Amino acid sequence: MKADPKGVLTGSHFIDGDHACAEGALAAGCRFAAGYPITPSTEVVERLASRFPTVGGIFIQMEDELASSIAILGAVWGGAKAATVTSGPGFSLMMEHIGLAVMTETPCVIVNVQRGGPSTGLPTLPGQADMMQARWGSHGDYEIIALSPDSPQECFDLTISAFNLSERFRVPVFVMMDECVGHMIERVVIPDPDEIEIVPRRLTDVPRGGEYLPYRLDGDLIPPMTHAGMGHYPHITGLTHDERGYPAMNAETQDTLVRRLCDKILKNADDIIEIREDGVDGADIVVVSYGITSRVCLPAIREARAKGLKVGWLRLVTVWPFPDRLIRELAGRVKALVVPELNLGQVYYEVERCAQGQATTHLVPHAGGAVHDPEDILRVIEEAAR
Amino acid sequence: MSRTELRISGFGGQGVILSGMIIGKAAAIFDNKHATMIQAFGPEARGSACSAQLSISEEPIRYPYIHRPDILIALNQDAYTRFEPELKDDGLLIYEEDLVDLRPDQRPTIRTCGIPATRIAEELGRKIVLNIVMVGFFTAVTGLISPEAIREAVRDTVPAGTEEFNLAALEKGLRHGMNVSANT
Repeated sequence: MKADPKGVLTGSHFIDGDHACAEGALAAGCRFAAGYPITPSTEVVERLASRFPTVGGIFIQMEDELASSIAILGAVWGGAKAATVTSGPGFSLMMEHIGLAVMTETPCVIVNVQRGGPSTGLPTLPGQADMMQARWGSHGDYEIIALSPDSPQECFDLTISAFNLSERFRVPVFVMMDECVGHMIERVVIPDPDEIEIVPRRLTDVPRGGEYLPYRLDGDLIPPMTHAGMGHYPHITGLTHDERGYPAMNAETQDTLVRRLCDKILKNADDIIEIREDGVDGADIVVVSYGITSRVCLPAIREARAKGLKVGWLRLVTVWPFPDRLIRELAGRVKALVVPELNLGQVYYEVERCAQGQATTHLVPHAGGAVHDPEDILRVIEEAAR
Repeated sequence: MSRTELRISGFGGQGVILSGMIIGKAAAIFDNKHATMIQAFGPEARGSACSAQLSISEEPIRYPYIHRPDILIALNQDAYTRFEPELKDDGLLIYEEDLVDLRPDQRPTIRTCGIPATRIAEELGRKIVLNIVMVGFFTAVTGLISPEAIREAVRDTVPAGTEEFNLAALEKGLRHGMNVSANT
């Protein structure tokens, strides 16, 4: 299905990543957002708040992030596509309801414009230290999807992808921006609505009053949904539930449900995962990066290549699910993997895990508050080459 | 090299970020080049140090940061003191001449162009357009973007109803810049 022209601001714009993210949400059909404005994500909700009235959408500034993150779940079961936007401490407060979204299979998008942490940390300065929180922040076993844009254009494009993936897999999808990308201003080209592919919600075809079981599978691992008002009166709960949606708190139901929640992502991982690469074939060393860091490492790679080293650039557009197989196979072909990130080691340990000792792995840590000096990345590339 | 790097700095409230927005938009939207702008600001609003980094290029810009700019636009003394040393030896310094005193030992290899942008804006009737005067001056002195593109960018960026006033301020800056260019 194509995008609703009402929400699509076709044309070339010189805007920052936050504004581009808001336009991506509008283009994707998002018509409800709830949030508690927090730097450096505030511009996203500011733009949604001013644009929504022109497309029939609603933005509510809630009392806090707990309320924001559950208001969107209600909106989704009411029939809307919905998102919330936050940073740092706000993301921590949302964890409970992210788990509820996973368990109830409520498609929604959560944007985190990462800043330096822990706690209130560095409100106006960048970090990439919430990557593991996005993966594991809520309790229990689950799989989620997280995308990492590196430009305002991608803040637009990947926010649309996030909505599409959330509908396809009935899972919360994270757009893991960072302050740099959020506040960076570049040209953002918004295409015509008929060039924007939108995944509609997959709704049950059980008629009003018919026997609809909210978690009965229909051909794949993702059950069709219903909405309030469609006449099905489903029971939706965060408790372990059977296909009727009723609590069934025993090991057998738990095993079936939790395995399916994970499998619907893991078995489609190849389809979900997106990467970008340059010069990886034939490289001895590959720099694995994501978000702003994938642009900051480029001068280091250029310099290393000028010194005769064979260095490749691999960028994770999808960070979760992690591209296990890809990194494992890559590690079998190269000497070393170098991972710069604006934290003291998060995605690095995933790379190390997948490398299984076939290649050496090298972290280029940074506590956040700025980006790496490319010289620091170059130094580690040179160490890795020895 | 086809890439030009520019830093604009001044007090919060002088229109630093908007200046960068307008120049970047002129380049990226109306001159069909590539432009990337990075803004740096603290939790404060007005009166604090404020700075924008802008790269303009014929090629796509991947590395977005600036270490040795080609051009510095200094709107106050602090901006000059802080950022002049990072300017390239053959760089261009554009400054608010009523608000910046050049050091006696200012590097002679750097081309310097001053304009009393605030005074010109006040004469027009509103000090707030000092940044637009400066943007016009920058356009004429550097030739980096076309006057048509900068006019379009101003029209497209300033609040509705203020277009004509801002365009008048822009023309003042452009003319001032053309005189300076003609005399050097």
